[in-house]
Amino acid sequence: MNIVVCLKQVPGTTQVKINPQTNTLIRQDIKNIVNPFDTYALEEGVRLKERYGGKVTAISMGPPQAEGMLREAIAAGADQTILLSDRAFAGADTLATAYTLAQAIKKIEGYDLVICGRQTIDGDTGQVGPELAEELGLPFIAYVNKIEETTTGQMRIQRMIEEGHELIETPLPAVISVVKEINVPRLPSLRGIIKAKDAIIPVWTAHNLGVDPSMVGLDGSATRVVKIFFPERVRHGEKLQGDLEDQVASLIEKLRKSRVI
Amino acid sequence: MGIKVDLDKCTGCSICVSVCPFAIIEMIDDKAQIQEGCTLCGACQEACSYEAILIEVTTETPTPNNGHHGIWVFAEQRDGRLKNVDYELLAKGRELADTLKTDLSAVCFGHNVSEIDQLVAYGADKVYLINNPALVANQEDLYTSELTRLIQEYRPEILLAGATSLGRSFIPRVAAVLRTGLTADCTGLDIDTEKRLLLQTRPTFGGNIMATIICQTRRPQMATVRPRVFKKNTPNNNRQGQIIKVDFKKEAVTSRTKLLSFIEDITEKVKLEDADIIVSGGRGLGKPENFKLIEELGGVLGAAIGSSRPPVDEGWVAYSHQVGQTGKTVGPKLYVACGISGAVQHLAGISTSEIIIAINKDPDAPIFEIATYGIVGDLFQVVPMIIKKLKSE
Ligand SMILES: Cc1cc2nc3c(=O)[nH]c(=O)nc-3n(C[C@H](O)[C@H](O)[C@H](O)COP(=O)(O)OP(=O)(O)OC[C@H]3O[C@@H](n4cnc5c(N)ncnc54)[C@H](O)[C@@H]3O)c2cc1C
Ligand SMILES: Nc1ncnc2c1ncn2[C@@H]1O[C@H](COP(=O)(O)O)[C@@H](O)[C@H]1O
Repeated sequence: MNIVVCLKQVPGTTQVKINPQTNTLIRQDIKNIVNPFDTYALEEGVRLKERYGGKVTAISMGPPQAEGMLREAIAAGADQTILLSDRAFAGADTLATAYTLAQAIKKIEGYDLVICGRQTIDGDTGQVGPELAEELGLPFIAYVNKIEETTTGQMRIQRMIEEGHELIETPLPAVISVVKEINVPRLPSLRGIIKAKDAIIPVWTAHNLGVDPSMVGLDGSATRVVKIFFPERVRHGEKLQGDLEDQVASLIEKLRKSRVI
Repeated sequence: MGIKVDLDKCTGCSICVSVCPFAIIEMIDDKAQIQEGCTLCGACQEACSYEAILIEVTTETPTPNNGHHGIWVFAEQRDGRLKNVDYELLAKGRELADTLKTDLSAVCFGHNVSEIDQLVAYGADKVYLINNPALVANQEDLYTSELTRLIQEYRPEILLAGATSLGRSFIPRVAAVLRTGLTADCTGLDIDTEKRLLLQTRPTFGGNIMATIICQTRRPQMATVRPRVFKKNTPNNNRQGQIIKVDFKKEAVTSRTKLLSFIEDITEKVKLEDADIIVSGGRGLGKPENFKLIEELGGVLGAAIGSSRPPVDEGWVAYSHQVGQTGKTVGPKLYVACGISGAVQHLAGISTSEIIIAINKDPDAPIFEIATYGIVGDLFQVVPMIIKKLKSE
């Protein structure tokens, strides 16, 4: 199986803290990490390769430093990588991102499956996967939590939706997005780390890709961020006083008064 | 296209460094330097008193509404029943349509969907309905091609859909075919009346930052909206509206994927999204058996059962109970958080709850900052006390 995995480098969310006095970001220790959901996508790609043979191509669109993340992908089992990096790609929304990724994926010969993470932790949209599928003209299945079986040109998978689980059959090639329930990503092997050290990470620019400049980056984006602000946290909290019995009694009284119970 | 610092104008005041939400501006030799990762959000440009920051954008021709008019709400159904989020979107859509002095339509795909006229009672002027047995189950391939076809034919200027599993999965595909903008998971919608633009506000960075997004030149402007963010109106059964039956050309579209089976999650007795009262448990419960305590309190209150992420990860409770950024958004009248610390990713799912109660033994837990009433104490003491008291009354 020839598998493509889409990875994005993101700032580590849990470290994004806001200084309540100045309402600004606390800058120290913001490290770039692989989007956590994409590590499951990569692991699943590597597992499929181990089961059915083939190769895994890790692809990312991002600034030059995303190279380090792709090196880690090799250590974790990817066979080859592609970095799409060009100032012209900056400021891309999901539409322009999906278009750019699709143009690159189309150049990969005979791929059977594209795996994305369920969503990024910076953009948080989960839109790139389905938009990419449409750009490639392929079926799309979101929230995959298990790949049951793959046969020539076909795959049976399970996915998680709000109401429960669906078992779905799809022809290949297809695009899927995976949830964290699908696997437990492995740690890089020693062999992988050595391989990653010497790996060549090809960088494709807008020119290499031969893309229409009006379709990529900020110019190719349909949406624009016009304002960024920090959410106001409503702090009307009241800690109840007295011993626990009293607190419980007063809580129930308050709830009865406001007629919620 | 791009962002530049005019080094002659830059005084090295560092204001831009502190306002950059992405923390990618650095002072080098007393001049601001913008590093990789800029999203061109403009926060620095706005804050700079010296007009030293320049953002170049290829100017696009404004107001391209050319023939696009009206607001559409995609009304999702499951098993022939409309979802609550449909009505919430109609309430907001009605408000936006009145501001824009245009009409509001609902679009529904399904087979023998009951209470279709309720879409009118809740605010729609028109309902486009495709009624066909092939649409009994949610078929995303068919939904994508049919919604795209209808939008191309009727040209609405705005389309709203619920940010449900279905909406988040197929609406982006429609946007990609139409090559238009889509904003995910909005929690606020407004109109810039002068430019006739939809102002779409949504949390990013797991709720740490809010962003307002526009789609300037392409149509329709599309957004998915979190359930339970907007309040539905009281239905008016005397409202007049038109139900337009649209033909489904089954021969023209086929689904490539096939739904083989569906296993419903039956542990969810009361639907979280629709619940008026939710009792949630977190890692503070310590072990799977203790979830029974949450269920007991839930039983007494007639509540749905929620969870933070750790109990789901540990397998104490099914994923369908997870509340938060990667779980469900809820908006009950009463949310009781037991042994939950209140991480932003959890809070992202509960912020529209009317009353939040926190029971946590750590007085510094962030949940107390947003809780209406907090009890600092051991949940294994407090919860049984509440149950006893409620039962005795
Ligand atoms: C990308 C991403 C997405 C995420 N999505 C979600 C999501 O959708 N939903 C979600 O919930 N989380 C999500 N998380 C995880 C989130 O960051 C937190 O880790 C999680 O919400 C913490 O759950 P908790 O409050 O149950 O556990 P903890 O943070 O461990 O808190 C347990 C609390 O219980 C209290 N406690 C312990 N014992 C007792 C006792 N006997 N009596 C009373 N109190 C007690 C403790 O004081 C503590 O405050 C996400 C994280 C990431 C990075
Ligand atoms: N710049 C990118 N490069 C590679 N893959 C991406 C990029 N952006 C998004 N993706 C993929 O699309 C998924 C959804 O991203 P998003 O729509 O931003 O939430 C991610 O989990 C990745 O698999």
